[in-house]
Amino acid sequence: MTISTEMLWLIIGCAIVTWLPRILPFIFVRALTLPDVVLRWLGYIPVCILSALVFESLLDTSGPIVSFHWSKVLTFVPTLAVALLTKSLSLTVITGVVVMALVRFML
Amino acid sequence: MTTTASDDSFLQGIKDCLPTLFGYISIGLAFGVVGVASHLSVLEIALLSILVYAGSAQFIFCALILTGSPASAIILTIFIVNLRHLLMSLSLAPFFTKYSVLRNIGFGTLLTDETFGVAMTKSMQNGKLYGKWMDGLNITAYTFWIASCTIGAFLGQWVAHPEKWGLDFALVAMFIALLVLQLQAVGKSKVMHYCKLIVYMGLFMYGLSFIMASHVAVLVATVVVATIGVLTE
Repeated sequence: MTISTEMLWLIIGCAIVTWLPRILPFIFVRALTLPDVVLRWLGYIPVCILSALVFESLLDTSGPIVSFHWSKVLTFVPTLAVALLTKSLSLTVITGVVVMALVRFML
Repeated sequence: MTTTASDDSFLQGIKDCLPTLFGYISIGLAFGVVGVASHLSVLEIALLSILVYAGSAQFIFCALILTGSPASAIILTIFIVNLRHLLMSLSLAPFFTKYSVLRNIGFGTLLTDETFGVAMTKSMQNGKLYGKWMDGLNITAYTFWIASCTIGAFLGQWVAHPEKWGLDFALVAMFIALLVLQLQAVGKSKVMHYCKLIVYMGLFMYGLSFIMASHVAVLVATVVVATIGVLTE
């Protein structure tokens, strides 16, 4: 249970740069009314970011040519199927974890 | 739609957080284990989860510590990785303008990918979000995250490879489920438009990953494709 001063400052630094983008819109959006086109643009952000995060996890960027983490792609298919069929967060996550473990066990 | 009691209730917020908890717990445990493997102490792992409170950034933090990156590089990377919260917070903030600045800072402080996904899905039910509900959701997620990371740090002394148990995929699976819930909520007339945008996201993510770090690609692809979304409505 120890922590060095450098590490403490590093964590605090990371905390500040994470916190500011999280809170600034909550402080400033109150003061101004966003134009309709901006609100519509923001409406697309959830789907875009969530799919970006999914694609990011499937892409293997370690080599010179961007490829796929095939074991994750293989796990992605049944996980997506369960998400579409059940619309359940917990079932989807459990399926994802179990299939990923099975795939890694067999490959 | 009229406001029902469950819309502005702390308890309902907790209930709506429950389906995501399995994700938080598995990722949190995995992070604790990875943290220990990266030579972080239990205290450092707990502090990271309390102060930074961002799954992917915490994993990247460990990776950078292991490679001996300088502090400035670590802070800059964490900033870029978490900059997507700016976009999320921008799209959530308009729902909460009637609350005080202090409460708004509270909502923003505890914003994560998952609570954002749950809140946006909730907002599509009747176009509104409420403070007590948001607090219930946020505080439940935050508590479970800190607890799981810390317990993971203790478990880390016995379990060496969390990815062997598929725990790393919990986060991806959660994003997939939240994405499907989003698509379900936008309504049949718009689903095709959204599906096209997801295809564009795939193409942009692939292409951009050749020329920039993948967490930068997340930001650029999102901004570009959301713009395409507005232009092709």
